[in-house]
Amino acid sequence: MGTTAPILASVVTFAGSAQFAVASVLGAGGGVAAAVGAAVFLNSRYGPIGVSVATEFDGPVWRRLLAAQLVVDESWAIGNLEEGWDVRRVIGAGLVLYAAWVLGTALGVFFGRVLGSPERLGLDAAFPAMFVALVAPQLTSASGRKAAAIGAAVALALVPFTPPGVPVIAAAVGCLVGLRSR
Amino acid sequence: MNAVWLAVIISGAATVAIKGLGPVMLGGRALPPRLASVLSLLAPALLAALIAIETFGSGRHLVIDARVVGVIVAIVAVWLKAPPLVVVVLAAATTALVRAL
Repeated sequence: MGTTAPILASVVTFAGSAQFAVASVLGAGGGVAAAVGAAVFLNSRYGPIGVSVATEFDGPVWRRLLAAQLVVDESWAIGNLEEGWDVRRVIGAGLVLYAAWVLGTALGVFFGRVLGSPERLGLDAAFPAMFVALVAPQLTSASGRKAAAIGAAVALALVPFTPPGVPVIAAAVGCLVGLRSR
Repeated sequence: MNAVWLAVIISGAATVAIKGLGPVMLGGRALPPRLASVLSLLAPALLAALIAIETFGSGRHLVIDARVVGVIVAIVAVWLKAPPLVVVVLAAATTALVRAL
């Protein structure tokens, strides 16, 4: 992909998994439409994720649109406190992650061969581990536990049958337990 | 313009639109309590899905590999009230160790 395109991709698309999808589809000889399709599927989870914090964002439309770009899985999860959403935490974590993401992409482009694979360092287990730490406070209520169980089950069941990204959006149905349990 | 740039720009624009949708439409509003209680459960549902997929997913397959051990260690560490940073480091180190064996 050259050196500029990956770095620019990190600047304009702050969503790592989608970038990996674009890179791997193009790398495997796929077309632009397939690459964009994969990225859109993966990022469509930011629809429900964005909706979950949406009411906490205020200010003019341009500011909400801009702040919304800082919502990624990690910053969203970090801002999700037991007592409710803390949008300033989401935005703060988002800014730190964004800087690290662009810098990390640049480092990877120039020094990737020296660093070796992230799997060797167990980094692929770091994100689910962080999400475990962040979901724990949500599981104190019965409805939280039900929503989580349904979400995980639906996502795992769909993995073999749908494009990547779809299982996570479908897992949103877990929140419907909130209709009954009040 | 070559394919790489085209893909980067289109997927970038699509991501901006998807991410902005909720906050632009719903920002600063109060929702009916029933809807709010449903939306508050989006977080555990989606987080659990992310955990499940990042632990067992490999493309379109489900696999059991060294990540599972790391995530189990993470669950135990959270149970023991370890701080998040410790949880993450323990999980990564365990997974790396299992892979190295």
